[in-house]
Amino acid sequence: MPRRVPVLLVGSFRRGAPMSVFLLGLNHRTAGVALRERLHFSPQEGLRAAESLRRDGVVAEVVVLSTCNRSEVYAVAGEAAEQAEDGVERHLCTFHEVEAAQLNGCLYRRRGRDAVEHLYRVAAGLDSMLLGEAEILGQVRESYLAAQREGHTGPILNRLFQASLEVGKRVRAETRLGAQAMSVPSAAMKLAEQIFGELKDNSAAVFGTGAMGAKAARQLRARGIGRLWVANRTPERARELAAQTGAQWAAWEKSPELLAQVDIVVTSVAGDDWTLTREALAAAMHARGNRRMFLIDLGVPRNIDPAAADLYNVFLYGVDDLQDMVEQNRHAREGEVPRAEAIVREHVEKFTAWQSGSNAISTLAELRNELRLRRELFTDARREELERFSPEQRERILGMMDELIEHLLREPAERLMKDREVRERAVFLRELYGLGGANRPGPGGRGGK
Amino acid sequence: MVISFTELGYMTGGLYAASLGFYLRKLFAGSAWAGRVATALLAAGLTTHYFALLERSYALHAVPYEDLYGSMSLLAWFLAFTYLGLELLHRERAMGAFVLPLVLLLLGLELVVAPQAAPKAPARGSIFALHVTSNILAYSAFTLSFVYSAVYLVQDRLLRARRPGAMVWRLPALEDLERMARSAVWVGLGSLLAGIVFGIVVGQRLTGQISSLDPKVVTSFLILAFYTVYLWSARSAAWRGARASLLCIASYFAVVFSYTVVNLYLSKFHRFY
Repeated sequence: MPRRVPVLLVGSFRRGAPMSVFLLGLNHRTAGVALRERLHFSPQEGLRAAESLRRDGVVAEVVVLSTCNRSEVYAVAGEAAEQAEDGVERHLCTFHEVEAAQLNGCLYRRRGRDAVEHLYRVAAGLDSMLLGEAEILGQVRESYLAAQREGHTGPILNRLFQASLEVGKRVRAETRLGAQAMSVPSAAMKLAEQIFGELKDNSAAVFGTGAMGAKAARQLRARGIGRLWVANRTPERARELAAQTGAQWAAWEKSPELLAQVDIVVTSVAGDDWTLTREALAAAMHARGNRRMFLIDLGVPRNIDPAAADLYNVFLYGVDDLQDMVEQNRHAREGEVPRAEAIVREHVEKFTAWQSGSNAISTLAELRNELRLRRELFTDARREELERFSPEQRERILGMMDELIEHLLREPAERLMKDREVRERAVFLRELYGLGGANRPGPGGRGGK
Repeated sequence: MVISFTELGYMTGGLYAASLGFYLRKLFAGSAWAGRVATALLAAGLTTHYFALLERSYALHAVPYEDLYGSMSLLAWFLAFTYLGLELLHRERAMGAFVLPLVLLLLGLELVVAPQAAPKAPARGSIFALHVTSNILAYSAFTLSFVYSAVYLVQDRLLRARRPGAMVWRLPALEDLERMARSAVWVGLGSLLAGIVFGIVVGQRLTGQISSLDPKVVTSFLILAFYTVYLWSARSAAWRGARASLLCIASYFAVVFSYTVVNLYLSKFHRFY
């Protein structure tokens, strides 16, 4: 009895080129905010785009990842990767009604190993604007789960995204890359927590409704501040921001009374004069019985008289102080990048090993089918010669030919199981033998007379 | 098999040291699981320490207060016990790294320097034992308030300097430190007051009079007064915050003075406790 070929080769595999992961996208490094906004997908839009890409046969599997800093399409090409990439780009332009020329230089493409590495770096927070931020991992998870629920993923993207979530978790658990990632407003809030502990029993006032003031108000609300007031020279804008953040608005003229009540004061007001003078703050501290007060001056130029820092139980921080903290924090986290990248590399190796194994097994299975097909074509072409033999002898000859095919495949299959490099090279057999439909011989082709 | 007092003491020292290791990991690496392990090890250490004290009590037929070293062991136990109670009350584990070294120091002195044979204490009844243990509990609580106030001053200075390094994020919030210090002082004042009342009862029983001029009694009333002023100042407009913490630290020197100089050299009736 001839030895049997390892069972992995006996399964059925999808015919065609090896399934290749690729991605197309843009992010905060390659595109300005206006273009990023135009190419942004809401969760529903992402699913609609994925549905359309699959329905039109552009890709076999697809996940759309869209955040405020990036819009990326991860896909598995059914056929030639380049055609699929072009197809995705065309769909992207059509979907968002953008001219292709507008994307020149902004859109990046990654294939195979590079695409895998890119996703892992994104999930780890290595590709984020705020290095190590944790939010992106949740966004990757949501995008993947939504695509999976709608049936847009298959074995390759399932494996790829599940591994990316593992990478993200490992980087956060095993390194301090994501520890205390800070922006200027979040640094201010963290300081507030180091003074007051939990903020639910404290109150805050935000003076000024510009971008920084609005961010600070949202951060205070997100951190569970007990009471929040918003004041602005234009009352309408104060009312608007108060409505957005669930705060109360206060008339600008009532600032002295407000100062006596609140524990945290954020200022972000345009103007050259002090919004809060030392005298006003001294009076407020007196009125509040010297209870601790945290002043956050986000104004440029400054809004709070720096001399107020000398007041007892007053903690005054300006933009420069907070920016220094953000920089220190970023520097400390940058030291963790090599460790995070090592985790990414480890998982990229794992994925490529898995995929090359999967592709090689698929290739060998197709090669086996190809050889059997050629044996049939060969024997059909020599039917007359074979009919000179008795039916038993013919059966024996055909059986021996099948055994020869098995024999020829046995050794490569064993090497394939043992050696990763062989697995990675096995895909070249496709070109050599014209597998997957290319260069298929006709009846009596290369094997015939 | 009976485990001796000394063996239990070393076992306790090992558990406290391991607990300190995990508290340090919690402080510097921010590891939540390390904090939980530290608390569990501290609880285990408290248990073995309790049995060590029990062994010594069986040998003495009294609470181990008659020599300075037994008294220090009792103080170490109460310090760890009160800390654990406040840790659970305030859900704040960062301070273990500051308290456990003191516990280990007291226990180490007792184990390494202490005479193995403790002097026999005359039996003075359960009220006397309550008098002593209440006072030692008060000392341990005041020790904790000292540690919390000292850390408060460090944190206050770091935050006011506007160049906070990594340490700021590892220490508890100012508000929490102040609250923990106040809790410890309340425990200390309550225990000291109870100790004084038990002392009056014991004095009446043993001598038929109240020795109100004994230096220990005088310093105890001074300590009561200092910490009462601290509690008032911690809520007053002029003192709340760093100034009140300084007052708490200053008051603690009276406690140390009472526990050492007064016990060793000044008091006729209060020796080593």
